[in-house]
Amino acid sequence: MEGFSLRDKAAIVGIGETEYSKNSGMSQLALLLQAATRAIEDAGLSAKDIDGVIPAMGVSSFEDIAVNLGTDDLKYAASILMGGASAVASLQSAAMAVATGIATNVLCLAGWNGYSAMRASALGNRVDTASLALSMTSMMTKLMEFEMPYGVFVPAQWYATMAMRHMHEYGTTSRQLGAVAVACRKHAQLNERAMMRGRPMTIEDHQNSMMIVTPFRLFDCCLESDGAAAVVVSSAERAAGRNHCPVYIMGVAEGHPVPVDHIAARADMFQIGLSYAAPRAFAMAGVTPRDIDVAEIYDCFTWTAICQLEALGFCKRGEGGPFVEGGRIELGGELPINTHGGLLSQAHVLGMNHIVEAVRQLRGDALAAQVKDAEIALVTGWGDMGDGSVAILRR
Amino acid sequence: MADYNKPLPKITWETREFWEGCKRHELLIQRCKDCGTYRHYPRPICPNCSSWNVEWAKISGKGKVYTYIVAHRPFHPGFVDDAPYAVVVVELEDGVRLVSNIIDRKPEDIYIGMPVEVVFDDVTEGITLPRFRSA
Repeated sequence: MEGFSLRDKAAIVGIGETEYSKNSGMSQLALLLQAATRAIEDAGLSAKDIDGVIPAMGVSSFEDIAVNLGTDDLKYAASILMGGASAVASLQSAAMAVATGIATNVLCLAGWNGYSAMRASALGNRVDTASLALSMTSMMTKLMEFEMPYGVFVPAQWYATMAMRHMHEYGTTSRQLGAVAVACRKHAQLNERAMMRGRPMTIEDHQNSMMIVTPFRLFDCCLESDGAAAVVVSSAERAAGRNHCPVYIMGVAEGHPVPVDHIAARADMFQIGLSYAAPRAFAMAGVTPRDIDVAEIYDCFTWTAICQLEALGFCKRGEGGPFVEGGRIELGGELPINTHGGLLSQAHVLGMNHIVEAVRQLRGDALAAQVKDAEIALVTGWGDMGDGSVAILRR
Repeated sequence: MADYNKPLPKITWETREFWEGCKRHELLIQRCKDCGTYRHYPRPICPNCSSWNVEWAKISGKGKVYTYIVAHRPFHPGFVDDAPYAVVVVELEDGVRLVSNIIDRKPEDIYIGMPVEVVFDDVTEGITLPRFRSA
């Protein structure tokens, strides 16, 4: 396998989404299956064609998905447990499976009743009941033992410790965080599937929003949503001639910070998973940050997007704050990000919606949010204690 | 003590000595007996050299605030009366970092670089939490 590269060996051939809301009125499984069947139909396939299933983040089991799709011969099943980094990391796993011939058509999916059933902001209230799927990880066990007794429960708190240090070291400001929120909200106005469509936001609105966890205000925090999204990955050879022009996976990688389970212990807090993953993905793709036409950055919080832009090399360490100002990350700017509204203003479906949007951009199907002549897109994931994933896609 | 309603650590095989040290009001941190590297969280094997040889070193408990946050919402029923409350990451002289609270400063008076020292808070009969005060 020496010299083997995944570059362009696999393609995304189908995308599907549910409606995004605060109350789906459906089970989580039904949501996932709705997104899945839409992705399969979009690919011009039938459910029986799916022989690989990768549910992201443990919100559902591959068994539930496969049995409902009527899969006769499931050749590849994996669970990617990297929190919000799972969706993009699942593309890597899917690409490996189809490039090696282990499977033919791999379904990657993510979704939840993230508002009506399991709000991340209410994690603390579930500590003693089970913490749901999240408690299954050793990371959560460590948090329960060494941080929850001191009042640390939710992701906003985990990442706020990093953001405060970033502000201290580099002078990053709350208004700069706000520039990310404003850009996402602006883009959401163009997207009929965005939960925040019709609710525009100014930087003053951001600055006046209530403080949740210093330095994060309400509008620094992503939405909590019910919904699901899915994509189908096939080998490059099989991708040609389907319903849509294939979107090729040029480069893909995951990365994990050290130590992976403990933000506070890191000598360098900003050496995140993506810091390891990004050089690998760019090298595989044979492109540089300058070649990226549009980027869908995992924006669980405004600051995490800034940190990732630095880790990706779009700007230098510490310059992420100034980088996002002045419209650079808005449509029409140098690097439009989160053209669908992101987790901040479209919906939080664990970043699978970021992949769906990147595919739409490369198909030329992004309607009012279309980046003209977009040829290469980048999409990231961020999860758990800073795990990272990145995919570079081309049409 | 009886009505203490915040989460308590669930002690494991790997972490028992840390918490037993706290009960005796000693801050014990794992140190590799082969390469001398401190580690926290407690772990069975040294992440630096893979050695199983470990000792529990009593450390000074003096350090500085490395970063901190202020929670304006409780996020848990046990913290309703505390909000807004600060959570700090303390970097100890030995390089080890602990997540904890500052007992003698309001959130607005905490800053990065602030010198602190450990104090031991006997929150229940069985559990003592290391916290910090300004030094």
